[in-house]
Amino acid sequence: MNFDPTIPIARFENVGLRYGLGPEVLQDVKLELQPGSYHFLVGPSGAGKSSLLKLLYLAHRPSRGLVHLFGMDVATTPRDELPALRRSIGVVFQDYRLLDHLSTFDNVALPLRVARVKEDEVQRHVVELLAWVGLENHMHARPPTLSGGQKQRASIARAVIARPRLLLADEPTGNVDDRMGFRLMHLIEELNKLGTTIVVATHNEKIVERLGHPVIGINDGRINVTPGSGPTY
Amino acid sequence: MFRRRTDLPLDRDALSRFLPWLIAFMVYLAAMAQAGMLGLDSMSQRWSKDIGTSLTVQVPPVSGLDKAAKEKSIRRLQDTLNLLSETKGIIRSSVIPESRVLQLLEPWLGAGIAGDVPLPVLIDVETNPANKPDIRVLKQKLSAAVPGIVVDDHGVWLARLVQLIRTMEGFAALVLVLILASAAATIVFTTRTGLAVHREAIEVLHFTGAHDSYIADQFAWRAMALGFKGGIIGLGLALPTLLALGLVAGRIEQGLLPEISLGGVGWISLLVLPFASALLAWWTARATVMRNLAGML
Repeated sequence: MNFDPTIPIARFENVGLRYGLGPEVLQDVKLELQPGSYHFLVGPSGAGKSSLLKLLYLAHRPSRGLVHLFGMDVATTPRDELPALRRSIGVVFQDYRLLDHLSTFDNVALPLRVARVKEDEVQRHVVELLAWVGLENHMHARPPTLSGGQKQRASIARAVIARPRLLLADEPTGNVDDRMGFRLMHLIEELNKLGTTIVVATHNEKIVERLGHPVIGINDGRINVTPGSGPTY
Repeated sequence: MFRRRTDLPLDRDALSRFLPWLIAFMVYLAAMAQAGMLGLDSMSQRWSKDIGTSLTVQVPPVSGLDKAAKEKSIRRLQDTLNLLSETKGIIRSSVIPESRVLQLLEPWLGAGIAGDVPLPVLIDVETNPANKPDIRVLKQKLSAAVPGIVVDDHGVWLARLVQLIRTMEGFAALVLVLILASAAATIVFTTRTGLAVHREAIEVLHFTGAHDSYIADQFAWRAMALGFKGGIIGLGLALPTLLALGLVAGRIEQGLLPEISLGGVGWISLLVLPFASALLAWWTARATVMRNLAGML
């Protein structure tokens, strides 16, 4: 799918989201993510961070308002065109969501195989990426045998293997120590330098301060965007 | 066969282990119903063919055991045979030997009745199927020449018998359809359970950009493999049963039933059952997954 590089990656207009008949968990969200931007998404637990991410990775449609991804209105996009949109979005889940019965290699290869990429190309790209995230010695290991940091790296590798234009990471440093956290954030910084638009939901204030990217603050379902201060290292 | 790489751990589903046996049972029943249907069809056709072109003429005995009575009986028989041979559309007429008549009556009257009971002379008449004689006219002519003669063209009971067989065939076909419907329902249930069990993995596949058809194919190929396996087991059990039934029927049919045969096409249609069950499983599983996933975002 070809996208116009001049249009925003994501645009939210007066977006509201409620689950079933429950209260609105997101209210009047206005947001624009420009290509190549990097935002942190912060807020207390239950504030709506995951819900905002779910709208971005097409797990839900908004209850009201407009959500445009890559210039397409997700409410009116036909269902059979959603997979093409999703292939442009990489997601790092807080709980990794690796498939336990598959090896690390097969988990990371999933987006390529789903896109019917030739197997020799799959082999080459996955081996290369696993070496980049430091998992070259764990290719055949199943996720239950990996440590938290290794799982997180495998999850990031799976999210970026198909070179997405938008990378969403939900608490990517939540289950790892500070050292590993900064290492993972360094990986994400590298991807951003290659042009990938990034949104990282985190509770880790140290990382937010140190990297100095713009912050989408969310509280009681309402957002407030503050510009970045630049890196402090 | 049908071994493919899969992203979902469908092999580990408990229901997957039972599905081949459920399908085997249904294929077994389907093979029985199908064989019954084909056997009945073959029997009715053979009966129609054999009896539809034959007549039985009964020349009643002349009372009395003296020489004159015997001569009269012989004359009546000769007159009948002459009249039959002159009738257009009759290919052959032959007297059934008394020993054979006694043999046919033995199950009802017992052995050793020769000479005790006056028996009619039976004439087996074969008519030309392309140019059948007018039975009503033939009966009139024979009755005029030989009073008391009976012409039986088996028409009434043959029509009833064929009607009965057709009804049984229809019932067998209905049973076959019900078995197929049950097999499809079993696959739908198994597939829905699989969808529920693997919901999280399916979500991951969706988030990585998988089309519904990519996921549906994984279920469909797995169901196809299990359907084929079940089909082979079911057919493997059905064939010896059918052969045993054939042997038993072969013993009964002597003189009572026409030969029951499935014929080449019948046997081939039975051998097709494992492929049919595989195809049914593939299509049902795929349709079930596509329908269920259409409700997800």
